[in-house]
Amino acid sequence: MNSFDVLILGAGIIGCACARECAQAGLKVGIVEVNIPGGGATAAGMGHLVVMDDSPAQLALTRYSRSLWQELMTQLPPTVEYENRGTIWVAADEEEMAEVHAKQNIYASAGVDSIVLDSAAIASEEPELRAGLAGGLLVPDDAVIYPPTAAAYFLAEAMQHGALLLRGHAAVKTGTGVVTLDDGSTLTSGRIILATGADKTILPWLPLQKRKGHLAITDRYPNFLRHQLVELGYLKSAHKITEDSVAFNIQPRTTGQLLIGSSRQYGNEYAAADNAILREMLNRACNYMPALAHLSAIRVWTGFRVATPDKLPYIGPTEDPTLFLAMGFEGLGITNAPGAARLLADEFLNRQSEIDPTPYLPSRVARMEVAHG
Amino acid sequence: MAKPPTLIVHINGRATTVDAGSVVSAAILAAGVPCRLSISGAPRSALCGMGICFECRAVVDGIPHCRTCQLVCRDGMTVGTQR
Ligand SMILES: Cc1cc2nc3c(=O)[nH]c(=O)nc-3n(C[C@H](O)[C@H](O)[C@H](O)COP(=O)(O)OP(=O)(O)OC[C@H]3O[C@@H](n4cnc5c(N)ncnc54)[C@H](O)[C@@H]3O)c2cc1C
Ligand code: FES
Repeated sequence: MNSFDVLILGAGIIGCACARECAQAGLKVGIVEVNIPGGGATAAGMGHLVVMDDSPAQLALTRYSRSLWQELMTQLPPTVEYENRGTIWVAADEEEMAEVHAKQNIYASAGVDSIVLDSAAIASEEPELRAGLAGGLLVPDDAVIYPPTAAAYFLAEAMQHGALLLRGHAAVKTGTGVVTLDDGSTLTSGRIILATGADKTILPWLPLQKRKGHLAITDRYPNFLRHQLVELGYLKSAHKITEDSVAFNIQPRTTGQLLIGSSRQYGNEYAAADNAILREMLNRACNYMPALAHLSAIRVWTGFRVATPDKLPYIGPTEDPTLFLAMGFEGLGITNAPGAARLLADEFLNRQSEIDPTPYLPSRVARMEVAHG
Repeated sequence: MAKPPTLIVHINGRATTVDAGSVVSAAILAAGVPCRLSISGAPRSALCGMGICFECRAVVDGIPHCRTCQLVCRDGMTVGTQR
């Protein structure tokens, strides 16, 4: 029973998506999870399925992944809470309005629909936004899900196709085709996928950095908000590599609750909520939506995004021909899970991929090390 | 014995007479309506009566999610089941 075609380490949304994709393709899949499937960063995230355009490679993967989510849409169970909310990128001033137009051009060139909103249009789409904003860009096909139940769904589908979940032990070591667990037992597999999120036990040298994030959720206020809103300034602040930053990012949940983000901090590996940055984050949100100040938040938590130096995930083979990576998804792992899983399955089955997999190959790490001297 | 003073609160749109000094959750209970509905639509009413369980939330004078077990009725107050 201890031998697999594909052995996946980590049952976050990435590992679970890989398990589903491989099991459905007829491969014999095992998935090792030390704790609770979907309980890591996947349970801490926001669940925004969003096309992002920081780089052509990021645009390609998010667009592709979003299209895979759309294919899944009708078969997802209601617990996944998939809602086609659309994103509005909110432009505060004319300078940001120029970015709206630039963004629309980039999206259009990639075949992603978007609609420019002027000041009056954004006010009518989202009446609780403060008056006098310059406008925004509506991306109607972006969606919202509840990530841990999506991971559970992927895992259940994988298990229906024969995948085996091995819970309660951490993988501590891999050698060619062999995984050692923390109780000393071993599992063998022709292909091992490392999908352990922030845990670097297996490859301690892999360039990955944690970026702490805070989120707050409110009580139920149905119809307060219609779309997921993100300030365009988010792009500026999210790019800062060294400084702490906050940005207005708010998401409507099916329950009528509002999920409010977001913060980014480097070098803070302490999981407790940080009141100073939380205050800054909520002030920022209230600045865009003054009525938020009168609502009550019922919970606050933190989570860690796992970032690579070039902000693209590691998807693909390593120098060990049996070891493959699916790590470093930063703030886009929920969105990108189906795309990453499909790229790996393509590799295993010698299928031609629908998008070019080379920008995400881990082999670039060696090159990055050389480049950084 | 003198009758205790009463006042009027509007519960789900119906004028209801309550003894002065009643807490809102008691008035809602007396009116026979739930304080709130759960996500699946199930009725919920006061449980702990001391402000810690949040089961007694209702809309009071237009403000949602008020813990009604901690509020005393005022004359003319409007109270609505929280949905
Ligand atoms: C605040 C915040 C907001 C976010 N918002 C969004 C968003 O809106 N949209 C989006 O697309 N993404 C978002 N993300 C990012 C997203 O949550 C992550 O990219 C994604 O969840 C990563 O999934 P994962 O499977 O790689 O990691 P994880 O979910 O952390 O899963 C890794 C799993 O591996 C297990 N594990 C670890 N080590 C071992 C071991 N040695 N052996 C066995 N098992 C092990 C862990 O227990 C865990 O279950 C957000 C993240 C944060 C923190
Ligand atoms: S009944 Fe418990 S908080 Fe009011």
